[in-house]
Amino acid sequence: MSQPSALSATGLNRRSFMTGTASAAAAVPLLGSPVKAEAAHGSGAELRQPVVTSLRINKQSYELSIDPRTSLLDVLRDHAGLTGTKKGCDHGQCGACTVLVDGKRVLSCLSFAVMNGGKEVTTIEGLASSDGALHPMQQAFIDHDAFQCGYCTPGQIMSAIGCVNEGHAQSEGDIREYMSGNICRCAAYPNIVAAIMQARDETKGA
Amino acid sequence: MRPFVYEQPTEISTAAAMASRFTRRDDQPTRANAQFIAGGTNLADYMKLGVAQPDRLLDLNRLADPGLRQIRVTDDGIRFGALVRMGEAADHPDVKRRYPVIADSLKLAASGQIRNMASLAGNILQRTRCEYFRETSWACNKRVPGSGCAAMEGFNRQHAVLGASDACIATYHGDFAQALMALDAIVHAEGARGARNIPFAKLHRQPGDTPHIETDLAADEIITAIEVPAIPWARRSLYLKIRDRESYAFALASAAVALDLDGDGVREARIALGGLATVPWRAGKAEEVLQGKPLDEHSATIAADAAFADAVPRQHNAFKTELGKRTLVRALLETRDMKV
Ligand SMILES: Cc1cc2nc3c(=O)[nH]c(=O)nc-3n(C[C@H](O)[C@H](O)[C@H](O)COP(=O)(O)OP(=O)(O)OC[C@H]3O[C@@H](n4cnc5c(N)ncnc54)[C@H](O)[C@@H]3O)c2cc1C
Ligand code: SF4
Ligand code: FES
Ligand code: FES
Repeated sequence: MSQPSALSATGLNRRSFMTGTASAAAAVPLLGSPVKAEAAHGSGAELRQPVVTSLRINKQSYELSIDPRTSLLDVLRDHAGLTGTKKGCDHGQCGACTVLVDGKRVLSCLSFAVMNGGKEVTTIEGLASSDGALHPMQQAFIDHDAFQCGYCTPGQIMSAIGCVNEGHAQSEGDIREYMSGNICRCAAYPNIVAAIMQARDETKGA
Repeated sequence: MRPFVYEQPTEISTAAAMASRFTRRDDQPTRANAQFIAGGTNLADYMKLGVAQPDRLLDLNRLADPGLRQIRVTDDGIRFGALVRMGEAADHPDVKRRYPVIADSLKLAASGQIRNMASLAGNILQRTRCEYFRETSWACNKRVPGSGCAAMEGFNRQHAVLGASDACIATYHGDFAQALMALDAIVHAEGARGARNIPFAKLHRQPGDTPHIETDLAADEIITAIEVPAIPWARRSLYLKIRDRESYAFALASAAVALDLDGDGVREARIALGGLATVPWRAGKAEEVLQGKPLDEHSATIAADAAFADAVPRQHNAFKTELGKRTLVRALLETRDMKV
């Protein structure tokens, strides 16, 4: 779980600044001295060095000091407190964790957060406009009752936006094929397809 | 997951030097201390499962060389940078028009999200999905050399009928590799000791007695590009993939086919089979059977029989021999009937 001091939405705090300089210093001598490969195992201390990563999430800047093992999904949920993005399988098989990175839909469970430095991440929380108006895709899911339990829904909606942007929502068949990475245990599929077609038509040219 | 140090080299030579510095000369890339990561869709999964345990991760995504992200079409063929994403290559107009088999093999693989993340080099190097390989409590010669093979007497429905050994029967699951196999692609690699080109057919190794040796690459070698020669008649090509469900599943059987036809007669046939073998699998005998003959259901069936003459089925995957033959026959006839 997150330590409040490891997260600051405004800029580097003291702790992450210090760990940041420490890990930068550790990275410099890498190619310097010809150490034998056997001796070059990451040392315990080096391996446990947190890494400072700058992320943009829903148009806000975050400086996070994290263990490099942390997935983007865990950063969103546990460090940034954005629990709209769901963890289903944690292995790339269900699509529940889908978010947009630089506008493209990806699986946040299979992405190490540190690999997303400087990128723009959009989650379900970032879709509605500041006056509270829902994104057309969110509204379409409500209009078509495109969910039951709702667990897969944030992933479905993010994936659907990506799918339409890619131009892969031309037909019903297209949508079914290109949305196949999002599994719905409640089998709301027909309504999901209908919702995507509505939002696609509404956002055309937008 | 084991802890690791994260590095972001910006030059190919630096990345190769880092890999070389942190690995022993004879380390397999998949067992080395330092390993490359591109999309992460295979490696991150296997790190979570404890199957891969690098203690240093070299992120290739910050490499500056623009060629790594480009698809270039020339008179000599087409060159895919190693970091081009699957989805981008699948949607590329020249790829779709000149090499439908490549575009299909990518489009029918994984999911929209994974295709946005996964690089072409990572794709061809993806490791098997053998359930006993994935779960570290089982004996597995590929994961722990000499430990045995739990799949041999286990539930081996998805395992290989071609190219297996007594040590390992794991299937190579990638789709794109079958298209590259059929089209005689070349892989460009750069390591700490220089660059070299590897014919695609030489990249993957059959398991034999050493299933933990998966490819011809050294631990410090980075794939930089994949080149496919110009083959004008490859417009008549396709990828047929048969799965347990219609989409988002690995192949039970698949066929990559390209045909050079003279009327109904076959001047040249290119055939690779997926979901059935331990490595990307060129069906050379089937190609020979068809050469110079008219292509119809009869000759296609003889070719398919030749392709599976050496198939060795196990308890749960015996159906794959017949499924594989029917897949190939259908792929050949559908390719013949393509309007190009
Ligand atoms: C649920 C699911 C379903 C899938 N379905 C399919 C499917 O139907 N068909 C299919 O073909 N695939 C399928 N895949 C596999 C997917 O296509 C691969 O995981 C992906 O292509 C790997 O690419 P990557 O860039 O993410 O590789 P990474 O995970 O980053 O790397 C994979 C391996 O390649 C090495 N590597 C990467 N780039 C280089 C390089 N340039 N030089 C040297 N070594 C390198 C890494 O060290 C690692 O060992 C599926 C995956 C998942 C999770
Ligand atoms: S088939 Fe190969 S990968 Fe699977 S358990 Fe046996 S040795 Fe391991
Ligand atoms: S949680 Fe990421 S795909 Fe299931
Ligand atoms: S609405 Fe319940 S899983 Fe999709």
